[in-house]
Amino acid sequence: MKAARKAFGVPLPASWFTPRAALPALVLVILGLVPVYAAATGDPFALTLFGRIEILSIAAVSLNLIMGYGGMASFGHAAYLGIGGYAVGILWKEGIASGFVQWPAAIAVSALFALVVGALSLRTRGVYFIMITLAFAQMVYYVAQGLDRYGGDDGMTIGGRSSFAGIVNLNNATQLYYLCFALLLASLFLVWRLVNSRFGLIIQGARSNERRLRAIGISPFRYKLVCFVIAGGLCGLSGALLANHTNFISPAMMYWTRSGDLMVMVILGGLGSLFGPLLGTVTYLLLEEALSRVTEYPGLFIGPALLLVAIFMHGGIEGLFGARRRD
Amino acid sequence: MTEPLLQVDGLTKRFGGVVAADAIALDIAAGECHAVIGPNGAGKTTLIGLLAGEIAPERGSIRFDGRDVTAVAVHRRSQLGLARSFQITSLFADFTALDNVALAVQARSGHSFQFWQDARRQAALREPALQALDAVGLAARADARVDRLSHGEQRQLEIAVALAGKPRLLLLDEPMAGLGADESARMVAMLRRLKGDVTMLLIEHDMETVFALADRITVLVYGRVIASGDPLAVRADAAVREAYLGEQDARHV
Ligand SMILES: Nc1ncnc2c1ncn2[C@@H]1O[C@H](COP(=O)(O)OP(=O)(O)O)[C@@H](O)[C@H]1O
Ligand SMILES: [Mg+2]
Repeated sequence: MKAARKAFGVPLPASWFTPRAALPALVLVILGLVPVYAAATGDPFALTLFGRIEILSIAAVSLNLIMGYGGMASFGHAAYLGIGGYAVGILWKEGIASGFVQWPAAIAVSALFALVVGALSLRTRGVYFIMITLAFAQMVYYVAQGLDRYGGDDGMTIGGRSSFAGIVNLNNATQLYYLCFALLLASLFLVWRLVNSRFGLIIQGARSNERRLRAIGISPFRYKLVCFVIAGGLCGLSGALLANHTNFISPAMMYWTRSGDLMVMVILGGLGSLFGPLLGTVTYLLLEEALSRVTEYPGLFIGPALLLVAIFMHGGIEGLFGARRRD
Repeated sequence: MTEPLLQVDGLTKRFGGVVAADAIALDIAAGECHAVIGPNGAGKTTLIGLLAGEIAPERGSIRFDGRDVTAVAVHRRSQLGLARSFQITSLFADFTALDNVALAVQARSGHSFQFWQDARRQAALREPALQALDAVGLAARADARVDRLSHGEQRQLEIAVALAGKPRLLLLDEPMAGLGADESARMVAMLRRLKGDVTMLLIEHDMETVFALADRITVLVYGRVIASGDPLAVRADAAVREAYLGEQDARHV
């Protein structure tokens, strides 16, 4: 049987429990148990911190899809967080509280924005690509600053969380937390399917060698654009979650340093590995949290730490645990 | 007589002051193995680039399989059946050998907007890919990452990737470049097996190889065709002896 499958060129399923899978599995189990801990200690802070970690993990998973797998180093990814958040906030302000409207709107508008940015940026490469994506994000940032009805520069408190007709109650912190957890798992599953599909192999081929891709008959632009749009939509969802998590939107959500943070999380965890963004986000936000208790300038320590990762740890945290197999 | 598979006429390309292709005319019949020889810098790689569509000509036309492809993009030409190998290996270095070939099969199949099924479990992609690897003698290395393959294996993989698309015309840019004697001999044996099944334009330095494989030979010097015909005629051609063979013989013997 093994021989037969080998002969057909079908890869044998890799053993599930490798050291490489152990760390992400452990992190996911811990994330799943946080509400239990919070209930036992009566301390809601853990729910807030780890909820935020889950939400930004989704954003990092989305960025990893384009940057890690597709080689598209978008330096404006926080724009989608902001757009998703503002979609929720603006609709709430205009009297539409239903999550069934707010969330699809957050995803759709983010995806549309990604379509525009991608269409204009994906034919450029390197520094130009980075600059164009950054410029678009800053543009949205300034537009948000100008939205006086929605808080302008100061941002706006959202008076109520998205309502889901009694199916889930987001005013219950535990339910909100588990919804974020489920959506994080779903986004990991989505990216796992995507990157191993025909589409995903084209995307990775484009990262690896565009000239070769053309030579075998594929023009990468359309594929990269679709990938960009999917990632934009996913990050928009993350923004909708963030707005619900903090009950607050402000232009700061999409300031360029936020985009930088997201990039850092992805690189820290390991570019182009499925669980890398999760590990990177957990590490980054916990480190930031810990450092912010001892110093006013956590960035002062995170920066050099990152430099070390970039220099000495190819493959990021994920890469520390055993040789990379292609996810 | 039927129309040649490839018809090149008046193809011209300059790089600054260098005329890399000077009104090149060339016909390749279906089934033929056509060698292009010439000293370094003669414009052989430029010719492949022009035919593959990576370089746009200033003048001239390329007809392939009955249609004018002079202005057709690289990937479209590939879809029409023009496959190439690179003189300097150009592969998906972080993919496995099999994934490299399977992606070429997929590209040719025309269905790449599939987002959910695991492409590595599709026999329609993996089987032809394995066959192509087998044809070049790389089946045992299917699961090795390209950057872990030896130079010789990478050269073989270049051919397998080109073959995987079931091309009508194979453009091979010095497939033996940098190979040792044994590897070279194996590559030649493989090209000999392919001969007849696939129409080939073969660029090659080594005279013995060329005379052993080619049905027809075109000699390029300073971007210009100075002779074209069957191997015996080319070998006997005075201009060729003077411009190229003499120099080559002096270097190789
Ligand atoms: N992209 C380029 N830019 C400038 N000059 C080039 C370029 N490509 C090739 N040339 C020049 O064109 C001539 C032909 O080069 P090439 O086609 O690589 O020759 P060959 O493959 O026969 O060795 C050489 O003089 C080379 O320097
Ligand atoms: Mg050359």
